[in-house]
Amino acid sequence: MELTRRNAIILGAGALLVSGMPMRRSAAATSEEAIAAFTGGAEIGSGDIELIAPEIAENGNTVPIEVSSGSAAEILVLAMGNPTPNVATFRFGKLAASRAASTRIRLAGTQDVVAIAKLDDGSFVQASSTVKVTIGGCGG
Amino acid sequence: MISRRDFLQTSMAAAALYGASGYGNWAKVAAQQALTQDQLLEFDTFGNVSLIHVTDIHAQLKPIYFREPSVNIGVGTNKGAVPHLTGAAFRKLYGIDDGSPSAYALTYDDFSALAQAYGRVGGMDRVATIINAIRAARPDALLLDGGDTWHGSYTCHHTQGQDMVNVMNALKPDAMTFHWEFTLGSDRVAEIVEGLPFAALGQNIFDAEWDEPAELFPPYKFFERGGVKVAVIGQAFPYMPIANPGWMFPEYSFGIRDERMQEMVDEVRAEGAELVVCLSHNGFDVDKQMAGRVTGIDVILSGHTHDALPEPVLVGETIIVASGSNGKFVSRVDLDVRDGRMMGFRHKLIPVFSDVIAPDAEVSAVIDEQRAPYLDKLTEVIGRTGEEQTLYRRGNFNGTWDDLICDALISEREADIALSPGVRWGPSILPDQDITREDIWNVTSMSYGQAYRTEMTGEFLQIVLEDVADNLFNPDPYYQQGGDMVRVGGLGYRIDVTKPQGDRITEMTLLKTGEAIEPAKTYQVAGWASVNEGTEGPQIWEVVEAHIAKQGTISLDPNSSVKVVGA
Repeated sequence: MELTRRNAIILGAGALLVSGMPMRRSAAATSEEAIAAFTGGAEIGSGDIELIAPEIAENGNTVPIEVSSGSAAEILVLAMGNPTPNVATFRFGKLAASRAASTRIRLAGTQDVVAIAKLDDGSFVQASSTVKVTIGGCGG
Repeated sequence: MISRRDFLQTSMAAAALYGASGYGNWAKVAAQQALTQDQLLEFDTFGNVSLIHVTDIHAQLKPIYFREPSVNIGVGTNKGAVPHLTGAAFRKLYGIDDGSPSAYALTYDDFSALAQAYGRVGGMDRVATIINAIRAARPDALLLDGGDTWHGSYTCHHTQGQDMVNVMNALKPDAMTFHWEFTLGSDRVAEIVEGLPFAALGQNIFDAEWDEPAELFPPYKFFERGGVKVAVIGQAFPYMPIANPGWMFPEYSFGIRDERMQEMVDEVRAEGAELVVCLSHNGFDVDKQMAGRVTGIDVILSGHTHDALPEPVLVGETIIVASGSNGKFVSRVDLDVRDGRMMGFRHKLIPVFSDVIAPDAEVSAVIDEQRAPYLDKLTEVIGRTGEEQTLYRRGNFNGTWDDLICDALISEREADIALSPGVRWGPSILPDQDITREDIWNVTSMSYGQAYRTEMTGEFLQIVLEDVADNLFNPDPYYQQGGDMVRVGGLGYRIDVTKPQGDRITEMTLLKTGEAIEPAKTYQVAGWASVNEGTEGPQIWEVVEAHIAKQGTISLDPNSSVKVVGA
């Protein structure tokens, strides 16, 4: 993904503005803090991280997502538009046969879901996916 | 040596020049004013595999009229690209003469006049004749049904899809995928699918609880045809629980799942598939995007968005075939598959001119059998169209059928504003024609047709319009659900299709007073086809029937309540 961290944060805030969520400033600040706490301020690149999320959520209260990376020690998952963006941090031991995890998350509205992996070599990579939460109806 | 890619492109160009798609010949046919069954079916059998594609029949067993859209806006990279061309622009692209049979079949202009000349289209007994003719030339041709088959008529509703199952079984399809079928409810779908004599496919149909592939719907099936190992992978409509009531089939989850589509393509290739066909209900723009992301699919047979294209669209090394809706077209695709790869194709979109193509007697009898118990109800005349009044649905923003439905909702349900879903099914009615109960059901029937009446604030109405607009005009096709804009009665608005969600809709106006819609004010809104469980109200077909019966003759005022910008 070409999305930079900075863009992701701006986009996340944009999505919040659109959906008219309260606390948009504090939410953005919180996700920034969460990322800073995870990376210690290190640069985040792209590479060995895959995030699978639906394009449109069937139910915003339980959205299945999947993260994987061949060389991740830890993967942080953030829902950038939620009042509390921190979703989960998955930690993998060196002997883990598969460094993948799946879970279901709750999304307050249309927003970016971001996965940041800390790789074994100490570098950080991220993937991002926009998940739309819609009121539905009217299929052709 | 010619590469596969070069060959495909050469073949594509040849198709355009030589008229292998059938449309070069059409102009001549028109000039001669001699449309015959032989000419419609004329096809120089090619290669070693034939595919027959029908899709989005919406339970139309009998011949109908069907007007194509005048407004079909493409956004993002699809702006101005097929299928987002209509009328003169469409005819120019494909070299179709004004007033010709193909102009009537594929574009909207002069619809009612051309309909008088060329007659009705569709009818599954005519489709049977076409299929039989193709099978006579290529006995092992694959017949593939793209879904939206068990929905859309009086008899389909009353038989819970059984009429369509019986007629389709007589046509002997090889595989099918799904959309509206699920609105029969998951129990009924399971009951039918378990007894189907052909494959029910969907690589993206998952068990909702465990997020694992649903056992009832295999992802693909292999066929040996013309000495070629063919894999057909199914792709059901990705957004079923969002566009339709998910509570009717809570056991299932869908989604595009293109990473799994790639896995399935890789899997069938590894097992020796020489030809990979995707039978899709994604919608055309989604299929185009998927073709650019998933490698190794030779042919996508595209459904859902009801587009009819006289030539396939080529994306990379994948051809995408769009075969219209409501039984109006059958696509034939002949393929030359050698040394494990597709070396070339020949394609024809065959329009089902009901007065030109003879009905197949056997299938006619099956159709009549389905209709017989309901014939009195079906044929009862409720009203009539005025001398200048065509009733049609297709178009991004409004159609006269939905104008009439919205009028019915406002007057019968005493509402300020009416909302009617932007579905793309439903045949047309010509001027000065009887409107029967069957005609009303053809544009309204569904398993969640309750006409609700509720209060909405101006703010919420705007949220609804913005939400639906983004399903149609999001520049990324993967965020589009197909369908058209929700139709409105009693309400005007301006839409800028180029803007992001939240900024597209402005100038909302209550038409009866001419006043601006106020965000905090409450309005009485009537609508139908709510995806929410427990919706109460009379069925929409009862509301529309009552309204038409009172009106007698239908003459609608032209609808100019939606201002479109940025198209």
